Amino acid sequence: MNETFYDVMRRQGITRRSFLKFCSLTAASLGLSPAFAPKIAQAMETKPRIPVLWLHGLECTCCSESFIRSGHPLAKDVILSMLSLDYDDTIMAAAGHNAEAIVDEIVEKYKGNYILAVEGNPPLAEDGMYCIIGGKPFVEQLKYAAESCKAIISWGSCASWGCVQAAKPNPTRATPVHKVPGLADKPIIKVPGCPPIAEVMTAVVAYLLTFDKLPTLDKQGRPQMFYSQRIHDKCYRRPHFDAGQFVEHWDDEAARQGHCLYKMGCKGPTTYNACSTVRWNEGTSFPIQAGHGCIGCSEDGFWDKGSFYERLTDINQFGIEANADAVGGTAAAVVGAGIAAHAGLTALKRARQSGAEQQ
Amino acid sequence: MTQPASSTQAVYVYEKPVRLWHGLNALAIVALTVTGYLIADPLASVSGEASDHFLMGTIRFVHFAAGYLLAIGLLFRLYWAYAGNEHARQIFLPPLLNRRFWQGVGHEILWYALLVKEPRKYTGHNPLALLAMHFAFVWGTLFMIITGFALYGEGTGQGSWQYALFSSWVLPVFGDSQSLHSWHHLVMWLIVCFVLIHVYVAVREDRLSRQSILSTMATGWRTFKDDKPLDDIHWP
Repeated sequence: MNETFYDVMRRQGITRRSFLKFCSLTAASLGLSPAFAPKIAQAMETKPRIPVLWLHGLECTCCSESFIRSGHPLAKDVILSMLSLDYDDTIMAAAGHNAEAIVDEIVEKYKGNYILAVEGNPPLAEDGMYCIIGGKPFVEQLKYAAESCKAIISWGSCASWGCVQAAKPNPTRATPVHKVPGLADKPIIKVPGCPPIAEVMTAVVAYLLTFDKLPTLDKQGRPQMFYSQRIHDKCYRRPHFDAGQFVEHWDDEAARQGHCLYKMGCKGPTTYNACSTVRWNEGTSFPIQAGHGCIGCSEDGFWDKGSFYERLTDINQFGIEANADAVGGTAAAVVGAGIAAHAGLTALKRARQSGAEQQ
Repeated sequence: MTQPASSTQAVYVYEKPVRLWHGLNALAIVALTVTGYLIADPLASVSGEASDHFLMGTIRFVHFAAGYLLAIGLLFRLYWAYAGNEHARQIFLPPLLNRRFWQGVGHEILWYALLVKEPRKYTGHNPLALLAMHFAFVWGTLFMIITGFALYGEGTGQGSWQYALFSSWVLPVFGDSQSLHSWHHLVMWLIVCFVLIHVYVAVREDRLSRQSILSTMATGWRTFKDDKPLDDIHWP
């Protein structure tokens, strides 16, 4: 029998009082009512800690960097007390063969009971040779670990959508986790963002552990509690948008006044994430608050949509990079010119005809 | 409705509800295009306190209100296709499998290429007009209504009927909100092109074809400039 979360916490010298405080905080950060705090406490007192395998494919480690900066609940609480992070090659002590052996050990010992967290994604080109972990292609390690896991968490835009390494023309065929062919059919939670917000990451883990089930997901597989609204819907600059007050240049008065960044290409209106409510670095700020538009990093294919600084982004279906106004405006101009030419020709022909009839 | 005295064989084509819908629909499209363009590319910023203005809010309100008008109008028009006369369902059910229809399309293309001297004579739409009506207008408008409500549902949020009926499945089809916005914008230009051609050919046909066009949309009666037989009587 594994230790429970509570056992581990007590062993680390955490008092029962602090433990209950932590449960209340966790309930609050998950957006649950106070009645859930005792339920969380009970779950943590009775349930064994769930082991987590944290694999890294093609990625930049920004997800890990974000995760370890979580303020509520503190990453140390999550890692040390709640989750037994048995394998995470970036932050674990073991190295080399010893580290790789842990993967086998977890898969064998906790068959069907561990969570597989994936940061980054596997490249599929050349049989996966563009990302080698412990001498083997990452895609093989991923498939192996996914085979007996309970659920998969796709950390960040890499694992969720593909992100920069999957941007066109995607030479290594980097593929998001849910699209990897031959991957075991397990529930996948996408937590997109480049990186995802730390509190969102820890809350997803805390939810999984305390309730022993997946959080409610939307149609695209993202936890609804954090990805059901756009940045724009809860942006503190929204009143300036509704009023029609926009930043027109980076150095104008409106920029200093903190007006809406819509005209500067802010992707807040099309981006589903919790930045404008949860914010970053313990609620200090988020990009729009810092004066720069949202770049839509938690949206599918955000690298391939053209400039971060234009409202109307490119439509790739038209081969060359073109946006709707370029394509449509040109079409309308051609049609207009065509109409004028056609009207002219018609008039000419009529004149000729009536001339011929008169003769 | 009395029959105009000047014509020997006038036909009542566009019933009152269809004409009324045509007018409201045209207004809605103009309002939607102008406000839609201004939403994607807003006017110059207003100065002063945010609480003193609601410019973008008003523009968006007009867009949404006109969008509802367009959608409810199309629903009504679909009902009228069922309840009205045979001309009322023409733009929804073009006789695409009829050989005479396609010959008519060919003839109409030659007519617009200024290669034949005389157009054919129709009580309803000419075959080429019908193709444009069906594929550019009916499907174009339907596309705008579906994508429009999907975008609207993003704002009203999960749990709203707009989200449940539209956003929930349209967003995954387009992949993401940004692409959905871009396509909604692009098809606006298709509608603009349609309107340009529609107005031009309506004026041109009114002058040059063998039947009335502009007055028909005002009164509903189609009059003819000669007494030769009609070309569209064999259509289903």
